[in-house]
Amino acid sequence: MNPVRIVSGVVAPLDRANVDTDQIIPKQFLKSIRRTGFGDYLFDAWRFLDEGDLGMTPNERRINHDFVLNQPRYQGARILLARENFGCGSSREHAVWSLMEFGFGCVIAPSFADIFFSNCFKNGLLPVVLDAALVDELFRLATGPAPLELTVDLPEQTIRLPDGRALPFAIDADRKRTLLEGLDEIQLTLAHGAAIEAFEARHRARMPWLFRSNHQKGASSV
Amino acid sequence: MPTLYDKVWSDHLVGERADGQSMLYIDLQLLHEVTSPQAFEGLELAGRRPWRIDANLATPDHNVPTDRRELGLAGIADPIALEQVVTLDRNCQRYGITEFDIRDPRQGIVHVVGPEQGATLPGMTIVCGDSHTSTHGAFAALAQGIGTSDVEHVLATQCLIQRKARNYQVAVHGRLGAGVSAKDLVLAIIGRIGTAGATGHTIEYLGEAIRALSMEGRMTLCNMAIEAGARAGMVAVDDTTLEYIHGRPFAPVGARWDEAETYWRSLVSDPDAHFDSVLELDAAAIVPQVTWGTSPEMVIGIDGAVPNPARLDGARADGVRRALEYMGLVPDQPVTDIRLDRVFIGSCTNSRIEDLRAAAAVIRGRRVAASVKQAMVVPGSGLVKAQAEREGLAQIFVDAGFEWRAAGCSMCLAMNPDRLQPGEHCASTSNRNFEGRQGHGGRTHLVSPAMAAAAAIAGHFVDVRKWA
Repeated sequence: MNPVRIVSGVVAPLDRANVDTDQIIPKQFLKSIRRTGFGDYLFDAWRFLDEGDLGMTPNERRINHDFVLNQPRYQGARILLARENFGCGSSREHAVWSLMEFGFGCVIAPSFADIFFSNCFKNGLLPVVLDAALVDELFRLATGPAPLELTVDLPEQTIRLPDGRALPFAIDADRKRTLLEGLDEIQLTLAHGAAIEAFEARHRARMPWLFRSNHQKGASSV
Repeated sequence: MPTLYDKVWSDHLVGERADGQSMLYIDLQLLHEVTSPQAFEGLELAGRRPWRIDANLATPDHNVPTDRRELGLAGIADPIALEQVVTLDRNCQRYGITEFDIRDPRQGIVHVVGPEQGATLPGMTIVCGDSHTSTHGAFAALAQGIGTSDVEHVLATQCLIQRKARNYQVAVHGRLGAGVSAKDLVLAIIGRIGTAGATGHTIEYLGEAIRALSMEGRMTLCNMAIEAGARAGMVAVDDTTLEYIHGRPFAPVGARWDEAETYWRSLVSDPDAHFDSVLELDAAAIVPQVTWGTSPEMVIGIDGAVPNPARLDGARADGVRRALEYMGLVPDQPVTDIRLDRVFIGSCTNSRIEDLRAAAAVIRGRRVAASVKQAMVVPGSGLVKAQAEREGLAQIFVDAGFEWRAAGCSMCLAMNPDRLQPGEHCASTSNRNFEGRQGHGGRTHLVSPAMAAAAAIAGHFVDVRKWA
């Protein structure tokens, strides 16, 4: 994972609560066995009027010009501004992959669903939880006469506004470090391999029935 | 004093990583074709191997067709879907992971297969790259949905890295009325607390109504904990739990069973355990539920009408207005006036034998309404299918005009060819009514199996309690 420090750019406001991962990346694109190739299908049913499928390119699609991400002023947006419970529903990590591939480096919302929130940190997408009143204000600014540009500074834990204000945000210290250093999570855990092995040995002795190889009948039994 | 969740958590806590996060040992990982290929690829690229092979169990479910099953892999017409299913087979063969492949009679939806095989046991920690992994909490297991990076992480380390959640108690007093099921109960709970109501929490369902539920009912209840925002839902161990597990292929036997039972019996919250949040409900007050909108929290009783945004305030009114527009419903429309184009009985929420019995009891001797284009039953596993055929349920469905399919996730998420056309209304026993979930432009109404069956016969929603 690439380290994340500062995300700077235009804010695209998505003014809906409970945006689910089925909307972020619809299921027909989950047939792919790759981690890439999902950016063109982000919010597919909202960005396009026709039904999309894997392999289609945006220039052969019917664009929904009413959808916020298709408006010229939000082209190239780096920050997605969203409402409560963003990313609810399915655990599909493809939702994070598609947001990042589309160009987003940060999502700001009053709250996130747990699995989506966790998936963000595995990939270097910065989810910022911000008080609902401040999110309201950012919505007002982002939909104002000129596009809103923000700088989200992870080391400083602030969102810098064009008027010079800096809004502080909270983030778990460990998760912050993971993002800043772009750490390999598996490597971090495997560094504790001896502790895992020791636990496993105790666990096997205490609850031998949990280890299928200890007692499993023939594989063909029904 | 600890809750059930606290106990299972502490019995699996390996320790803290150098960065301060908890390492939770995982007893069972369920794998399917959609969220595992990138995890296996990541493992391979990093030159790593799975930590513990016998802690994994795999079956293809999300993307498999539910017809032409006798053709096996050749029955998958879509080459991209085929590649995904074959990739799971190949990864399992390579590492020696037990897989019930598309030709295996035990193939089915992972969350039906695990319990059915006795692979799901009380007190386990279970993960799967699927949010409905919460289902297995019915067995007092701590079962959570995870993303693909965590699938890879658990494969490589047998640990999940996370912070402990808070405890949320849902106490359901009294008994559910006749014709009211676990599905109605969980929809009513979600209607009360909302889709983010239990975010950051593990739910424990307890009370007289929960004790009275079968394991199938408890699985339905825990399955939809995620629809209330909770990654996990749990029910304490009792006789019902142990009776269900006993004799299943992967369950322990003999002295090992006795040893396990002693531990399993301790898997209940202590009487004075602390819960961070509590919701109390009267089971007798719950009526059959129907969702009218595009989120599971948009739900009302069968005796109600869809909301009128004119009587709601700002942001809430906008959400309702948008949902009604998508759903093609008008404000104040009675639920019983909603007409159905298709009916789907299936999914990890409601595709077990008890669900099919409840639906068949309503359908017996009746016909699907002529206005319903398609009604289908998709059993949760090959074994559920075989049992339903032995019990004569399949014939009841077929005689009534239902299609009788092979096992898979099918129209719950419509990755395979089973899907709605734009604008169609579907009475569905699945778990999500999100926009387009069951097909582009499709309109999903979540209901219980009995309610879906009655709607198929009537062509519109009816109160199944009034059906003799």
